[in-house]
Amino acid sequence: MNRVLPILTVLAALVAIWYAATVMMNRAWVYDQAARADTEVSFAEMVPLTMDQERPVLPAPHQVVSELVKSTLGTAPTSKRSLVYHGWITLSATALGFVIGTVLGCLLAVGIVYNRAMDMSVLPWAIASQMIPIIALAPMLTAILNTVGASPLVTKAVISAYLSFFPVVVGMVKGLRSPDAMQLDQLHTYAATGRQAFFKLRLPASMPYFFASAKVGIAASLVGAIVAELNQPAGLGARLLQGSYYGQTVQIWATLFLCAILAALAVMVIAAVERGTLTRMGMAR
Amino acid sequence: MKDMTATAAPVIEAKGLNLVFQTNDGPVQALKDVNLTIGKGEFVSFIGPSGCGKTTFLRCVAALEHPTGGTLTVNGMTPDEARRKRAYGYVFQAAGLYPWRTIAGNIKLPLEIMGFDRAEQDRRVEQVLELVELKGFGKKFPWQLSGGMQQRASIARALAFDADILLMDEPFGALDEIVRDRLNEELLKLWARTGKTIGFVTHSIPEAVYLSTKIVVMSPRPGRITDIIDSPLPRERPLDIRDSREFIEIAHRVREGLRAGHGDEV
Repeated sequence: MNRVLPILTVLAALVAIWYAATVMMNRAWVYDQAARADTEVSFAEMVPLTMDQERPVLPAPHQVVSELVKSTLGTAPTSKRSLVYHGWITLSATALGFVIGTVLGCLLAVGIVYNRAMDMSVLPWAIASQMIPIIALAPMLTAILNTVGASPLVTKAVISAYLSFFPVVVGMVKGLRSPDAMQLDQLHTYAATGRQAFFKLRLPASMPYFFASAKVGIAASLVGAIVAELNQPAGLGARLLQGSYYGQTVQIWATLFLCAILAALAVMVIAAVERGTLTRMGMAR
Repeated sequence: MKDMTATAAPVIEAKGLNLVFQTNDGPVQALKDVNLTIGKGEFVSFIGPSGCGKTTFLRCVAALEHPTGGTLTVNGMTPDEARRKRAYGYVFQAAGLYPWRTIAGNIKLPLEIMGFDRAEQDRRVEQVLELVELKGFGKKFPWQLSGGMQQRASIARALAFDADILLMDEPFGALDEIVRDRLNEELLKLWARTGKTIGFVTHSIPEAVYLSTKIVVMSPRPGRITDIIDSPLPRERPLDIRDSREFIEIAHRVREGLRAGHGDEV
């Protein structure tokens, strides 16, 4: 209870602020309508009218929640109006992109740690790659990948991987280099091969770093997949764009919340795998 | 005793050994003209202030550093050949156990690397755990053990592949005096039971005198040997031998050697 209470307090405060903002943002429309109808609305009459608009500037929390429930639980998952349908499309691209990004990131990290030329050259390129706004790059990559015949899933996964490999490279380089000189000297006294040093010391030592990076990486993957969907027919990104075309603010907010929930769930899955792995390794206390 | 070591082939032999490190502040002479012969089954301590080259010498024997002059042989081979033949076990200042391996798993590490089969690995783990009095702790993880027990586990790991030479670089430096006394006593027992040749780096005069058959006193800038003392103490050494007249005399000579090394520094 001691831990729940502060969380609930913060949540209640946020909802209260949100409701206040709803009134502030949407009242102009109410007054405007009243002026056109040549009537007067009192403050008490105005407030409820800001809570239930079809295209509010800022939807009220209960509107967003009911839209979210309606479009997930209340709609068949096969329907194009279902957020489960769109969410699944985004999630599969995120997962594939995360796997590609993580494998690529780990390979690059191994190269950087073991190859002097790569050590000197790869990281600046990796950093430069993250300086390019993904929103500018995604359409070009899509065009290129389309001409070589990649499916929409692969196209999105590549863009998603483009964002997620970076934290993995940085974390794994640090992790693989975390053994100190003494530990490396010790393996030298056993006349261990480079392969043995990698699998017995460097790789296990890098695991805590790997999971810290993977949590950042999976969230970046989701962002990448959503951005890549802005020019695709389906997926959460497509749904966001459609919402903004037609001024469906409630739909946009419901989709945004689903994105946040998915990101949180994805990070929780990684955290669970981390806990399981580190416990098995004896590194969790 | 001197005759014994002279007739048998030396285990470690340094002749005119020099080592110069190239640093940003110019060359540093870490070892200068070191001559030393260590026979089989000897317990040799290296003592001296920081920078005297005692650890550097041990690292040269282990082929972790490479001398720039003179000759050094280990079991009649170059240090690098000896290392590849796994001629020595090395105990570092910190236990350096892998946190993701149990104590038994840590001791198996060198055995896995050297390709012992599983049954043999298990047998040896049991054997060395008993030797360092950690029987029953094999399934524990390092963080579940005290610092002294961790250091014993690291000694067990160095013993597991049964090399003839044990090189120890201030293994008890980070431990408190009470634990240190106990481990010193155990180390002597272990030495008596295994008959290994031991090279032992320390800062502590009582520790050096209590443990060694030969004490090498070193001094810094440049790192060199100022005195080599063959201990007249018997091999069997109870802790209270440290109150005997001989013990105090040797300790005095070591202290004199250290002071002499310090005197001509300026």
